[in-house]
Amino acid sequence: MADSWRSEKNFALPSKVLRLNWIAVLVIAAIGALGVVMLYSVAGGTLEGWAERQIWRLGAGLVLLLVIALVDLRVWLAASFPIYAVVLALLVAVPYFGTSAGGARRWLEFGGGIQLQPSELMKVSLVMALGAYFHYCADGKISKPLYLIVPLVLVAVPAALIVKQPDLGTAALILVVGLAVIFQAGVHWAYFVAGGIAVCSALPFLWHTLRDYQKERIYTFLDPERDPLGAGYHILQSKIAVGSGGLEGKGLMGGTQSQLNFLPEKHTDFIFTTLAEELGLIGASGLLGLYALLLAFGVYTAWRAESRFGQLVAGGVTFMFFLYIFINVAMVTGLVPVVGVPLPLVSYGGTALLTLMAGLGLVLNVALHRSMPLERGGSGGGGSIALPKWPVRK
Amino acid sequence: MAGGRADDEGGGAKVSRRALLLGGVQVAGLGVLFGRLYTLQIVDADQYTTLSDENRINYQPIAPLRGRIYERSGLLVASNRANLKVIIVPEAAGDVRGTLDRISRIAEVSEENRARVLRRASRQRAFVPVMVMEHLTWAEFAKLNAQAPSFPGVFPEAASVREYHFGPELAHVVGYVGGVDRWEADDERLLQMRDFEIGKDGVERSYDRRLRGTPGVRRVEVNAGGRIIRELDRTPPGNGENIFLSVDLELQRFALERLGGETAATVVMDVRTGEVLVMASTPSFDSSQFVGGISHAHWRALLAHPGKPLLNRAVEGQYPPGSTFKMVVALAALESGVISTKERIRCTGRYHLGNASYGCWKRSGHGKVNMHDGIQRSCDYYFYEVARRVGIDRIAKMARKLGMGGLEDLDYSDAKPGIIPSVGWKLATLGEPWYPGETLIAGIGQGYVLATPMQLCVYAARIANGGRAVQPRLVRAIGDEPTYPEEWPDLGIAPESLAFVRDAMDSVVNRGGTAARSRIDVNGMTMAGKTGTSQVASLAVARASSQRNGGEVERRYRDHALFVAFAPVEEPRYAISVVVEHGGGGSRAAAPVAKDIMTRVLERDLPADAAPDPDEHANPLPHWPETRWPETGNG
Repeated sequence: MADSWRSEKNFALPSKVLRLNWIAVLVIAAIGALGVVMLYSVAGGTLEGWAERQIWRLGAGLVLLLVIALVDLRVWLAASFPIYAVVLALLVAVPYFGTSAGGARRWLEFGGGIQLQPSELMKVSLVMALGAYFHYCADGKISKPLYLIVPLVLVAVPAALIVKQPDLGTAALILVVGLAVIFQAGVHWAYFVAGGIAVCSALPFLWHTLRDYQKERIYTFLDPERDPLGAGYHILQSKIAVGSGGLEGKGLMGGTQSQLNFLPEKHTDFIFTTLAEELGLIGASGLLGLYALLLAFGVYTAWRAESRFGQLVAGGVTFMFFLYIFINVAMVTGLVPVVGVPLPLVSYGGTALLTLMAGLGLVLNVALHRSMPLERGGSGGGGSIALPKWPVRK
Repeated sequence: MAGGRADDEGGGAKVSRRALLLGGVQVAGLGVLFGRLYTLQIVDADQYTTLSDENRINYQPIAPLRGRIYERSGLLVASNRANLKVIIVPEAAGDVRGTLDRISRIAEVSEENRARVLRRASRQRAFVPVMVMEHLTWAEFAKLNAQAPSFPGVFPEAASVREYHFGPELAHVVGYVGGVDRWEADDERLLQMRDFEIGKDGVERSYDRRLRGTPGVRRVEVNAGGRIIRELDRTPPGNGENIFLSVDLELQRFALERLGGETAATVVMDVRTGEVLVMASTPSFDSSQFVGGISHAHWRALLAHPGKPLLNRAVEGQYPPGSTFKMVVALAALESGVISTKERIRCTGRYHLGNASYGCWKRSGHGKVNMHDGIQRSCDYYFYEVARRVGIDRIAKMARKLGMGGLEDLDYSDAKPGIIPSVGWKLATLGEPWYPGETLIAGIGQGYVLATPMQLCVYAARIANGGRAVQPRLVRAIGDEPTYPEEWPDLGIAPESLAFVRDAMDSVVNRGGTAARSRIDVNGMTMAGKTGTSQVASLAVARASSQRNGGEVERRYRDHALFVAFAPVEEPRYAISVVVEHGGGGSRAAAPVAKDIMTRVLERDLPADAAPDPDEHANPLPHWPETRWPETGNG
């Protein structure tokens, strides 16, 4: 049975299109559609502007997702390091050529009005690079300190560059996703315990390196009522909006908090607030349910994939997707400080949407190529212990 | 190699396990989020719903119309005039300059107003309205209203402003309204409204609560910037109640003319009901000047005037009552039984007590005098002796009964209480014991004794009405509810005593007493009264002044002239008090004034208990269209 799955015929394009997990694609489309509905509502009942453009972006994103899903997984494995290198180069270029907005320099502008946020692209690139590294690294060696240097550098360099932009939220996300992949790869848990203790003891020093507005956000998070018309205003108003939505919500376009502008960024980071206010707990938990389906599919894929690269990419992308959801919803409900993290597939915004679609495309890809054997270096066949590309002296 | 293979298998399983572990973290995370949503949206939903409503709903008071004031015969005395304004909302208007030009085609916008509007519009938020000008004519207002739909951002608005129709005659009675001072602002929302005015003086002040009305409320939905999105609903305001004065404009006008250039005051009241028909104080002022805020120059002129026109002498002027006080002593004596009406006392012109002596105004003495003679001829000697026998505390008690020493139920704010001295009073206020000689001085209404013309009138009224505790009423009715009881309570003074005193007062005027020259006879009705002359300066000071001034005492050292009276003698209906500051003798300066005023009162013969009928006095003011533009919200 397993052998029959391994036949090359199963990986022909028509077969893959048939075997693609269309249910997952449908869930993704449903989440995106819910986002369009909310954008329609916050715009005051018009498709013009946000909703219309979001539809185009979702369409483009779905195409990208399908393309990525159908390409041979081996191609992605081979491309992992080059992609990482290119994105890292873009990230390095940001401080010099980037455009600044709101005191931070995050965007690269290309001709023809195309804007890119390299920090967004880095999220998926990093997962791929780490996945590839651990794919090629022999299992017995990965917990050895020397072998941990490379993955840590892979994580730390982009994280440091993003902190400099400054974009603390994305940097933290990159860091956590990177650590999650390293953890999933099987690195000894003692490292994580030791690392956790080290970070905790370093926190007081880290505090001094934060910018004033970043400190302010944390103060505000700890006590939102401290200055209800100042920094705490957004958290408070968001909580009021969510809470006043109740079980059934105030109805589409009936959210007084959203429609009367008591909420900031209601089409981007705070769109969940509007959803919770207008569609109530039913709507909000409905969206969470759709997300849960997608996450379950991702985790299942990571669990069942037979290649190390597939396991790690599926697991990493899924965990990243989860972090987006968790941080965004926790933020707008006052559980964590305000950090600029969009709600995946729902918030208005291009780069993040494309990154997530690409990531989900990879998950679908892994699911499609679950049983495809991937070379782990050496001459092929069984897994090699040594890493030819990473000569290590004994 | 085989080991490696095993490692690989083990590694694969481990990675799968860890994938599930991360999956577990995700399940927990989603669980936390759901729990959070449940807490906010189910457990605390009510609390957040309230907060959300507080955010978006703004309550705006709607000012009620102030109640109107009518005088006794139904003339409108104080009313509300529409102050027609035009307002511009820069945001809605867009081009403010152009809009002002267009308004100017209908009603000229002055350069000054223009500059002010443009300045304000550039400084404040664009949706905050700016007043362009006020006091438009009806024609201009109507045109603007008709054209308003084609003038975006232009809103004609009708506010209300107080108007006084008989300002000079009734200034002291009606008072005036003005902006709310910080110390006056109570919890009521009304008082916090922009441009709201409350009573500052007179009836406007003492009946302010009734005149004010209750505010209406407009519930509007506002956005985070304070801009009004829409009106949710409104409760109309309850307009203030109309007030009917007891004061009769014609009599009031006559009294003011009769007092003329003197600094003087007079009060006329109905002895049975307490209705005050006249409350005049000269010099007076014109309350119309206070409408819309008095000008600085006017205000300064009023303050600098030597006659203090803002002072309402009828209730704020305190004078020694002089001989008008003698009925108090007589009644106290009769009630305590220290002397009979028959007992005669020989007036020698000078009364001796201990080492001191006290002169009667008639230095040669009145000879043998009984109580009737004592009042009729105003013998001081007689009342020195009676006062000594009665004692100051019993005199004080009677004086208070008759309305002196503070009217606890006067419907006029800022009234002064006067002074009725007693042993305890002196100890408490001056910290000194009472000396017997002071009783004698008080017995002729001098010394510490002070009373206001209003109190003296009440005093005369209580004697005249057979000892009823009548209280003065400047207002006879609020709406159709009368302000006085059917019958005032009895003071508990023996009717014979009162009848005796009334008879003595009758003889003062009609049987050759001190006011014989002020006798009246209107349709067979006569007046009974009592003169009073109260010393302002000691004899020595007066004499010195006389020498300085070529034989005549300077005005400021001249005695005050007083007169209290009631009429008709049989079945009295009206009481009057007159005080002329530095007028000289009461019989010469005050009684003739009282005679003329009382004659007018008797001739006018007002209907006794004409219940006021508000419907008779339909609002003579045009109705103006309601405000259409939304006021500012939070801003």
